[in-house]
Amino acid sequence: MMFPIESLSDERRTLGLGVAVVVGIVFGFVLERSGFGRAQKLVGQFYGTDMTVLKVMFTAIVTAALGATFLGAVGVLDLRAVSFNYPTYLWPMIVGGLMLGVGFVISGYCPGTSLVATASGKVDGLATVLGVVVGGLAYAELLPYLGTFNDSGKKGGFFLYEVLHLPPIAVAVAVGVLAVLAFKGAEKIEQMVNTRAKQPMDSNEA
Amino acid sequence: MKRDPARFWNPYAGGIALGLVLLVTYLLMGKGLGASGASFRVGVAVTNAIAPLHVAHTPGLAAVTAEGNPLDDWLVFEVVGVLIGGFLAAMTSGRLGRETLRGPTFGTAPRLALGFGGGLLMGAAAKMARGCTSGQALSGGALLSVGSWAFMLSVFAGGYAFAYVVRRQWR
Repeated sequence: MMFPIESLSDERRTLGLGVAVVVGIVFGFVLERSGFGRAQKLVGQFYGTDMTVLKVMFTAIVTAALGATFLGAVGVLDLRAVSFNYPTYLWPMIVGGLMLGVGFVISGYCPGTSLVATASGKVDGLATVLGVVVGGLAYAELLPYLGTFNDSGKKGGFFLYEVLHLPPIAVAVAVGVLAVLAFKGAEKIEQMVNTRAKQPMDSNEA
Repeated sequence: MKRDPARFWNPYAGGIALGLVLLVTYLLMGKGLGASGASFRVGVAVTNAIAPLHVAHTPGLAAVTAEGNPLDDWLVFEVVGVLIGGFLAAMTSGRLGRETLRGPTFGTAPRLALGFGGGLLMGAAAKMARGCTSGQALSGGALLSVGSWAFMLSVFAGGYAFAYVVRRQWR
């Protein structure tokens, strides 16, 4: 077992924070170049005109899932140690997901892409960032009134490969196959919607 | 190469690049990427500067300040990088410029109101779900967490369910 490098979050923390900035730069660069600094490109997902969100996101998930499960299987990465950071709280995650989806289509961004939009000068992106900050604070204020809801459906570390009783890498491959099918469907939907549309959305794409 | 603001990376190439960044982050840091957590920490830091007693008496906020300075966190540094990377990418692609993205017949003020309102909802939702599209759907999804996948599918469901209501802002 060589990874993750624990000292980067521990005794060599300053170096770890430097790594964070570099990782962030690449993350932000890739998001912007994929078109995620533009609201129309993002919400096109929900109108069927531009399914870039699905394509980028699922390609990224499959790439990282295949990499992580493979490196876990050959003993280079401690998959358990990394996965430990992602416990399941089923109900708040489902309700939070629905709320975040509604907020996404209203604002035109998700919390991360609103930062990229802000960095590229988009004022609506900045408005979204401010909303995200205030919304998070508001939730902390409301938390005492929500009773046990915030921790409901608590399952701890709970993974698809445990549900399916398969090796993690087999599930990663299956997700990859499903993703390819989803991409084919997405391309077809884009074609249908964009040929039928009389008033195409204001989008700068050629 | 000529700068063309309408030119984007091939989405599958962009996705592979994003997946590799995420994988490297798992390897180096033992966790994935994030965004909303950093925005929240900035909010806590500001609140703590104005009303430290209130922060101390609100468990959801005090949990952050108990660890020390809310801004002294991996995620905050990562997001500083995201801003730099986003700026550099926009500058070199000709997409850098002050504007409000909206449909040709939709006003700037209502568009900014929708941006803020949608953000409000997402800020609360991300706290509830322990992460946003980056920190939960992407980072937990690639580790095949059941909760992350339930979250991700719910995000898509919520977006599709509400898209019709707010379609006018892009017309």
